[in-house]
Amino acid sequence: MDIQLKILRFNPEKDKQPYFQDFNLKNVSDDWRLLDVLHEIKWNYDGTLTFRRSCAHGICGSDGMKINGRNRLACSLLLKDINTKKPITIEPLPALPIIKDLVVDMTNFFDKYEVVKPYLINNSPPPPDGERLQSNEDAEKLFESAKCILCACCTTSCPSTWTNENYIGPAALVKAYRFIYDTRDEGADERMDILDTPDGIWRCHTIFNCVEACPKEINITWHISQLKKKISSREY
Amino acid sequence: MIHSYDVVIVGAGGAGLRAAVEIPKEYSCAVISKVFPPRSHTGTAQGGVCAALSNMEEDSWENHVFDTVKGSDYLGDQDSIEVMCKDAIRAIIELEHMGMPFSRNEEGKIAQRYFGGHTKPADQNDPYGKRIPVKRSCYSADRTGHVMLHTLFENTIKNQVTFFSEYFVTDLLMENGVCKGVVAFDIANLEVHIFKAKAVMFATGGYGRVFRITSNAHVGTGDGMALVYNAGLPLEDMEFFQFHPTGLWKLGILVSEAARGEGGILKNKDGERFMARYAPTVMDLAPRDMVSRSIINEIREGRGIRGSDGTDYVLLDVSHLGKEVIDEKLPEITGFARTYLGVEPTKEPIPIQPTAHYAMGGIPTNVNCEVLLNEKGDIVKGLYAAGECACVSVHGANRLGTNSLLDLVVFGRRGGKAISEYLKTAKFLEVDESAAKKTNEFISWLFSSNGNEKISDIRTELQNAMMENCGVFRTEEGLKKMIDKLEELKKRYRNISLQDKSKVFNTELVEAIELENLLKNAEATVYGAYQRQESRGAHSREDFPKRDDNSWMKHTFAFQKFESSPELKYKPVVVTKYQPMERKY
Repeated sequence: MDIQLKILRFNPEKDKQPYFQDFNLKNVSDDWRLLDVLHEIKWNYDGTLTFRRSCAHGICGSDGMKINGRNRLACSLLLKDINTKKPITIEPLPALPIIKDLVVDMTNFFDKYEVVKPYLINNSPPPPDGERLQSNEDAEKLFESAKCILCACCTTSCPSTWTNENYIGPAALVKAYRFIYDTRDEGADERMDILDTPDGIWRCHTIFNCVEACPKEINITWHISQLKKKISSREY
Repeated sequence: MIHSYDVVIVGAGGAGLRAAVEIPKEYSCAVISKVFPPRSHTGTAQGGVCAALSNMEEDSWENHVFDTVKGSDYLGDQDSIEVMCKDAIRAIIELEHMGMPFSRNEEGKIAQRYFGGHTKPADQNDPYGKRIPVKRSCYSADRTGHVMLHTLFENTIKNQVTFFSEYFVTDLLMENGVCKGVVAFDIANLEVHIFKAKAVMFATGGYGRVFRITSNAHVGTGDGMALVYNAGLPLEDMEFFQFHPTGLWKLGILVSEAARGEGGILKNKDGERFMARYAPTVMDLAPRDMVSRSIINEIREGRGIRGSDGTDYVLLDVSHLGKEVIDEKLPEITGFARTYLGVEPTKEPIPIQPTAHYAMGGIPTNVNCEVLLNEKGDIVKGLYAAGECACVSVHGANRLGTNSLLDLVVFGRRGGKAISEYLKTAKFLEVDESAAKKTNEFISWLFSSNGNEKISDIRTELQNAMMENCGVFRTEEGLKKMIDKLEELKKRYRNISLQDKSKVFNTELVEAIELENLLKNAEATVYGAYQRQESRGAHSREDFPKRDDNSWMKHTFAFQKFESSPELKYKPVVVTKYQPMERKY
């Protein structure tokens, strides 16, 4: 099949503004990943086309980008699963500064991740020669949130993020959930203090864009709702 | 710009992050990585990490040692294997204490499952008699590597480790056999940075991208190995490259052994469970080298299935496990089959073929991760290596599944400890701006070179030729062809040109450097394979089908000679308890 693409280009050394460039590819197969399409262009037509990628199967979280208006991983989307009758539009993730073409500056995203203290807090000494016990049921409660690959598809799809760059955002909230609901963790209160602030969890207006965007199918809004309930029922 | 850190760790996968966590606060430590730490390839490991915890059934670390030695086809150094398997129990408990989320058994302990090559004696009174599979692999659904990587990253944040993410290391600084730092550039703007350090650790991963079909990430180009090789230091046992039997057809994406650990079965086109013929006792849970060879054999004898891309595959059937088990224990890999091949694993078998997966060889080290200067075992002061880029050697000629994640945490920690000890007396050596000269010249050359060769052409030809001539089965003729091809590609590399001349996030330039690293690693691999006239583990020579313990119980040490072929030297295998015997499963 033949496909047409519109890819947002920007090289700060020569461009004042980002612009769309058209590419036409012939004889591509509909089982190609969008990442294969980008590689085809980079390796055979235009070596300047710039994007991040690594594992190419949806685990490393490098190649989040906006494809036909939706945040996706380029490696987890096949041509046959999108509309190829019209030109395919590819843009960088929104709401983050563009470094070059499809590469955005992730600093702000990782800063917010660190804010929620994304590590186990437990000041009680663990058993001297064994694991801390946890039921499989309790362990599995964490698995959905622990699937997060920090690709930023959710946070950059969120209208609250677009209007307030200080909003902590869905990815950091999912990470907070992963620890607050871990039966081994003792840091729930200090994390909830962080979330219960003007730029914290209440900026989530249950818009569900994050759920739509998440390539790992995490029900992010559900996780955030659980946290909201927990915080609002806190006793001081 | 010159930075000074007591220790610089290159690579932010499992080994690098584990080492960073181990460095005491009083020392300054920087981790340099060409990707953000959670993008590292450790995250793609699926099935588990082995330790004889005995959470599901009686087991012992000695059983784990025996399996690892046998799995290595007796090329693994037995003293190192003992260190790893004994420490495994502590290491896994420690990960749990660090916060790693594990699947649990009924008592709330870490759950364990079967994995290829992990066994115990059927009769405890007959330790070397018949062996049966044992539940030794600790797991977190099929995302064990992902949660391990994230747990370690989280702990580096807790410890406030300094990261230089998206920095690419280009040079290793040495003075009279002592390491004194590295040179790197910031990918975002191509600024060259000199890192002066008392100790440097490489934890830079493998080089699976040297093959066409691979489970490895695009970043798996063996940069650390190539840098060490360029510094005149040896690479060990590079001819041993593991092909994982179950890569997703066409794509090479890993379908974990956990699928077989949970009861999945390999079938040929006639629906026959063919592993019953090759490994009657453990069948589908035989070690990877054997299963990969069995699959290729089935295909050669006409019992494979021809795919639309002209390659052949066999089938991995998990459908009989039921939707519940699949969704709970194998969600990720069955998701890959759905997304990429449109196959519904709860109803139909998954097309698979062997995929280049893991480098058993690498930068030679001792059990304290100190890099070896030569085959005599002398060490390079101030230089350490751990993880896939290193060769201790605990995996010998064939790594057992789950032992890679174990290697990362055991030796990452040991390296961190050894560095901390070394730092007590180590001093900075003089480093000035001239250290950046080589890197600056190379970058200038890449920008000015205007030949007519394309990076992608050279890389594709390398990957195809390696697949063809240096894959699961090898012959003298094929390896000779590969050597000629490699020499041709190295010449052509001098005539490459870049389209992207920009200093901002120039990934084409990064790919060009990675390609040079792949060519270096391919050199050490193919010459080692050509020379080794026997079949052992993952190195299977059709012209020398037997293992030859009289001549080849030794590790290859390849030294780069630049204008000629590498010089190969050899170091004897360390044998403690286990004399080589025939490897049957």
